[in-house]
Amino acid sequence: MASCKYDWPAAGQRDAIGKSTDRIDGPAKVSGRAKYTYDINRPGMLFGKMLTCPHAHAKIKSIDVSPALKHPGVKAALVIQDVGSEIQWAGDEIAAVAAVDEATAEDAVRLIRVEYDVLPHLVREENLSKDGDRAKPAGEQKVGDPDKAFADPEAVISEGFYGIPVITHCCLETHGNVVEWRGADSILTHSSTQNVSGIPSQLGAALRAKKINVQDSNIETICQYIGGGFGSKFSIDRWGVVAAELSKQAGGKPVKLMLDRDEDLEVAGARPSYFGHVKVAASKDGTLTAWSSETWGTGGPGPSGVPPVPYILTNIPNIYKKHTSVSTNIGPARAWRAPNHPQACLMTLAALDDLAAKLAMDAMEFLQKNIHLAPSYLVNTYQQELSKAAELSEWSKYWHPRGDKTPGHLKRGLGVSLHTWGGRGHAGSCNVIVRPDGSVTVQSGTQDLGTGTRTVIAVVAASTFGLPVDAIQVEIGDSRYPFDGASGGSTTVGAASAWTRRGSVDALNELFAAVAPSLGVQANQLEARDGRIQVQGNPSKSLSWKDACAKLGAKTIHTVGKNPGPCNLGSVGVGGVQVADVTVDTETGKVKINRLVAVQDCGLIIDKLTAESQVYGGLIMGVCYSLFEEKVMDQTIGRMLNANMEFYKLAGIGDIGGELIVHMMTGPGYDERGVIGLGEPPVISPGAAISNAVANAIGVRVSQLPLTPRRVLAALAKGGIA
Amino acid sequence: MRKKRKLKSEAGALTRRDFLKGAGVTVSGGLLATGAVTTAQAAAQEGVVGPGPVPITLRINGRVHRLSLEPRITLLDALRDHLNITGSKKVCDRATCGACTMLMDKKPVYACTVLAIEAEGHDITTIESLTENGRLSPVMEAFWKNDAQQCGFCTPGFVMACTAFLEKNPNPTLEQIEKGLGGNLCRCGTYAGIRRAVLEAAKAMKGGQANG
Repeated sequence: MASCKYDWPAAGQRDAIGKSTDRIDGPAKVSGRAKYTYDINRPGMLFGKMLTCPHAHAKIKSIDVSPALKHPGVKAALVIQDVGSEIQWAGDEIAAVAAVDEATAEDAVRLIRVEYDVLPHLVREENLSKDGDRAKPAGEQKVGDPDKAFADPEAVISEGFYGIPVITHCCLETHGNVVEWRGADSILTHSSTQNVSGIPSQLGAALRAKKINVQDSNIETICQYIGGGFGSKFSIDRWGVVAAELSKQAGGKPVKLMLDRDEDLEVAGARPSYFGHVKVAASKDGTLTAWSSETWGTGGPGPSGVPPVPYILTNIPNIYKKHTSVSTNIGPARAWRAPNHPQACLMTLAALDDLAAKLAMDAMEFLQKNIHLAPSYLVNTYQQELSKAAELSEWSKYWHPRGDKTPGHLKRGLGVSLHTWGGRGHAGSCNVIVRPDGSVTVQSGTQDLGTGTRTVIAVVAASTFGLPVDAIQVEIGDSRYPFDGASGGSTTVGAASAWTRRGSVDALNELFAAVAPSLGVQANQLEARDGRIQVQGNPSKSLSWKDACAKLGAKTIHTVGKNPGPCNLGSVGVGGVQVADVTVDTETGKVKINRLVAVQDCGLIIDKLTAESQVYGGLIMGVCYSLFEEKVMDQTIGRMLNANMEFYKLAGIGDIGGELIVHMMTGPGYDERGVIGLGEPPVISPGAAISNAVANAIGVRVSQLPLTPRRVLAALAKGGIA
Repeated sequence: MRKKRKLKSEAGALTRRDFLKGAGVTVSGGLLATGAVTTAQAAAQEGVVGPGPVPITLRINGRVHRLSLEPRITLLDALRDHLNITGSKKVCDRATCGACTMLMDKKPVYACTVLAIEAEGHDITTIESLTENGRLSPVMEAFWKNDAQQCGFCTPGFVMACTAFLEKNPNPTLEQIEKGLGGNLCRCGTYAGIRRAVLEAAKAMKGGQANG
């Protein structure tokens, strides 16, 4: 028996929970009916465009937007950063116009005159010795006595250099908003955002700082569908505020201001880089004894973030680490799916893989041997997951010591990695409404990034009420609904499942109270099953859901579900293991994915289908950044050279390998932890797993991602099996 | 050669607008000859239009739309901004990602790189036409049931590309799918579902034909 009334039902009584449910907004998306921010066309709408800075570092000497304002069709123009402003990256916003159509706005932007004093810039940070005073200490830590451990004559020591460059988010829907004034003191925004409930207060504060008076409560934000966020869309951003100002100047007319693709890639999302020299030591039996790393990275003008190394195996007894943050003129960093983790994972798991090779140990055995150095609550999970991943990848059949010795230019190899993430549900809330006609609605100011939020809400409500999933109306993506947190850090499913459950249980109890007299029992003797309200253990005494709701008379049940709240419906901290199986062509340097195996824990699964999709997505996004993605900056001109999708490469359907094997750890030992988010974890390991597989295939480490043919051939030229 | 207002100060940079301003646009039998024509040739030929708005007639999903558009306006922008037909998405805006895929006389095209004026006289089919009374097409149904979508922004383009692909390849192999749909990109990582969806849609479409 459940110890708390909100607890998740016991196994076997969970209805749709844990099964595969097709996403409820799937038909709208596949048919093109789903309206994204970019698709919003409002009556009388104007198009906003911005002039951006062509220099990586400069001071504005003069600016004149008046020629743009005089251009036919232009309804508003404004200076975003005025004379004297110091610009820190190319692509930063300088001025903006709003015009009757997009082409006119583009023409008008070209009429704006700006003079700059160009200042020295730094846009490449991978050579720390050239970074000068842009490099600032960002933390140093010592545990135990690493010097002594490395000096031990019995120690086997491996040293290496590893790196992962800045990459972008490259959301398919660029950042932007459609903003309009509804009278003098009220604003409606359609925003491509991961943070529906948070946008009004951001916009209100930004406008009041500019002496434009509007109360947060008079701002409404709508985002029914979003074309990708991945951590880059939490803020209204400067261009959202600009759209509001342009709209005001144009008498409140709606202004659509979406970034162009090049703007988006240059300024609207970058993951910090991470480079470093790592030294690791183990005793001859393979037990890790010491870690030492000197690392650096850039997050643009701000701090780089400090990836947590050594990753996972945090209890290595002797640790020295030092991180340096390099300030560059590449545009600001944004949270990128699992901030800091993919970087820490590559730095650690690649270094450990090299050490295992030096010890002549099987990489999987090496991890099993040292997994006790992971946080204690994850050790058991990892042990099981490593075994499962070995089984699914046929590790013992395909793994071999470094360097595939089979003749020919095609070399096959296997690599393994592991990862962790938090994923506790954020603070948030919903309305649950049960009407006398039997209809059920759940409302929340949350958002569905394609992760399945809508479907999760419907599954939890339906399973609580004993109804089919399609009986639940889910209304989200509007800030007028109850507040919910931003969708970042894998916190949404944990939150949405919990507030839906609590609100639904409360609503059901109100319904029981209304129905109990007519069934001649106490409310606490009722249960909701298979579309009926019935006496527990006596299904013959029952009412259909519709008849039961009719007993409400004129009263609609309206409850509020909150998270956090009573009972522990979720928890935190998951583990995952991934194996990559690759073939490297030693003549062309091309890496081909054969198979990827992902074994993942996420507590209690609500919708198996969308949960698995998150893992597939993580693997594939991992292939993208392992093999293709890099924000290529040119130190001479200070610009991004590949601010387009021909040269900022994403994997295509032919690049992902033959087989993707996803295994979710469920059942006893996992389910009772409750719901834990899953968005971040599966994207963390692919970089290390694929890099390790390549090293296993060709016998030499390709030190930096992405593993491009050029880098693979360069590594082979230095050594390896060829 | 698109927009690039940021490059305006750089000598020699040419925008689509600048090009069309200089060249005018040569229309012959409703077809536009861009790229191959030089400014002088273009001016010398008959039917120079633009750069101001010109009447353009588009036949979209069987319906005729009369518009007044500058010749530089793409087919994609004409539909999205002027006709509120927004199923096709604007993503890369330079013929790389396939999110804007439409059919022109049943052939898939990247609508971001076709001028509206070039589309005159052709049958344009967009994703909006594939649902009849809200009923999903077999390709859509297969994409939904195989969860071949996450954020969904690439999905309409994939559905259109897949529809045209299966028309030509009713019994596709995995290799053909990877080649045939290689012109569309997804960021969320839904290719595993898409592979399954294409195979299932192929099966369903054959079943439908047999029954029909």
